[in-house]
Amino acid sequence: MSPSPALVVENLRKTYGNGVQALKGIHLTVQPGDFFALLGPNGAGKSTLIGILSSLVNSTEGDARIFGVSVNKQRNEAMKLIGLVPQEINFNQFEKPFDICVNEAGFYGIPRKIAAERAEKYLKELRLWEKAQDQARMLSGGMKRRLMIARAMMNEPRLLILDEPTAGVDIEIRRSMWQFISGINAAGTTVILTTHYLEEAEQLCRNIAIIDHGTIVENTSMKLLLSKLDVETFVFDVNNMPERLPNLPGITFRRIDDHTLEAEMPRTQAMNALFDALTTHGITVISMRNKTNRLEELFVRLVENGRQETGRQDSKEKVA
Amino acid sequence: MSNLSGNLVALQTIVRREIVRIMRIWTQTLIPPAITMTLYFVIFGKLIGSRIGNIQGEFSYMQYIVPGLVMMSIITNSYGNISSSFFGAKFQRSVEEMLVSPMSNWVILLGYVTGAVTRGLVVGFLVLLIALFFTHLQIAHIVVTLLSVLFGATIFSLAGFVNAIYAKKFDDIALVPTFVLTPLTYLGGVFYSVNMLSEPWQAISRINPILYMVNAFRFGVLGISDVHIGVAFGVMLLFVIALSWVALNLLKRGVGLRS
Repeated sequence: MSPSPALVVENLRKTYGNGVQALKGIHLTVQPGDFFALLGPNGAGKSTLIGILSSLVNSTEGDARIFGVSVNKQRNEAMKLIGLVPQEINFNQFEKPFDICVNEAGFYGIPRKIAAERAEKYLKELRLWEKAQDQARMLSGGMKRRLMIARAMMNEPRLLILDEPTAGVDIEIRRSMWQFISGINAAGTTVILTTHYLEEAEQLCRNIAIIDHGTIVENTSMKLLLSKLDVETFVFDVNNMPERLPNLPGITFRRIDDHTLEAEMPRTQAMNALFDALTTHGITVISMRNKTNRLEELFVRLVENGRQETGRQDSKEKVA
Repeated sequence: MSNLSGNLVALQTIVRREIVRIMRIWTQTLIPPAITMTLYFVIFGKLIGSRIGNIQGEFSYMQYIVPGLVMMSIITNSYGNISSSFFGAKFQRSVEEMLVSPMSNWVILLGYVTGAVTRGLVVGFLVLLIALFFTHLQIAHIVVTLLSVLFGATIFSLAGFVNAIYAKKFDDIALVPTFVLTPLTYLGGVFYSVNMLSEPWQAISRINPILYMVNAFRFGVLGISDVHIGVAFGVMLLFVIALSWVALNLLKRGVGLRS
């Protein structure tokens, strides 16, 4: 018998009291052991979905199953399997990080002795042990985010849900958090990550769903999604900028400033012609890099396409 | 781990956290009621009370008001503890730690109520100790005394919990103590016997639940009461059942807690 998926979402709908339809009947499956990205612009429905999975939001219709356990019908059992790192800081700022972790374990029925051992383990792994006995309000923003990860690990969940865990965190700490979460995932925990740092999703996640206006607009593997990208943009640092930019079929040049030039070209096109054109125009290239991460470009396109499609449907409905 | 043992660990966790909170801010939770009640004893009991003479036979006015003032401290502190602690958890969103955990709703309610009752009883005990500096007291019925403080603290803990669930801002948890709790307490026979009132005020006073708590406690301490002790406990039991049902129902529906 094959193991139950880590998450199955079936026809999940949420309409808030003010009439806003946050989720419009979504379906989603996440396999055990996956590192899954859930992306979408602000207000797309990501946090509502996570709220329903963690029982903080009541669904209007549909259900979700965590490793086969229904959130609607067996809430308490389902919650034992989840660890949640919410978007907003939600611990008591006057408590100590050690107490916050130990109490969290207590809420899951974990005896205090085991809870204290786990608190030490995860606070050390997240480099917070030195601050374990300080008031939580004294921690920096990055430390508070790491504390929420340590807290979510106290019940050693099979499914860890991270809702923008690295928001507002500097790159060094962000990387250390990636390392920790990757280690957790490698050890067998299924991870669902929402983030606005698409570089993060691209580097960490194997599968992806993009949600917008309460519907899933894309749900595939990261590899397959990235292979759809047929255009790449390069940024050149140059020491001189000509009056007229090169004109090459298939390549679009853009002047950013006196020393920066951008070139957008098909991924399949050889770069030799590009360098020949730059040389012919007397442009000396100092350095070169990719403009943005590839996922970001795809994300923008998918969301825009989805909105155009929704707009078309809306206007059809209005005409009808 | 079974659900029951898990729930018991969760219950211990909430109670421990509540007691740690009470002790951490003891200058706000334990000292102010002791000071306020000392002033009541000095002004009403000693200065004014000495001119009033005995009430209901052999009791001095000071002795008469001590049970009422102890009960008043217990109910206001139980109420204040749970409403500020639970609303504080809502305000800081740390209540979500409990809401996303597998613990049952009754554990959340019982944990917070136990914490609030503990503060009520500690404050009540402190006020009783202070009272002994001013007058001599002998407990007439120990079981009635203990049961009445337990019921009184529980009823107002439950009421404070319901208030905190509905509250959207800190002002909302101050409204009930100011406009409901304080008038009911003062009109609940703390400073006088309702038998001194003429009708219809005597009948109106009997609608006030605090009257039954104060009198049950006074019966426990002094052996006198304006109401039948069985009726007093019946009314208190009814309030405990009704308020527990309301609080659990609100938690189940997620009112003010889940979207």
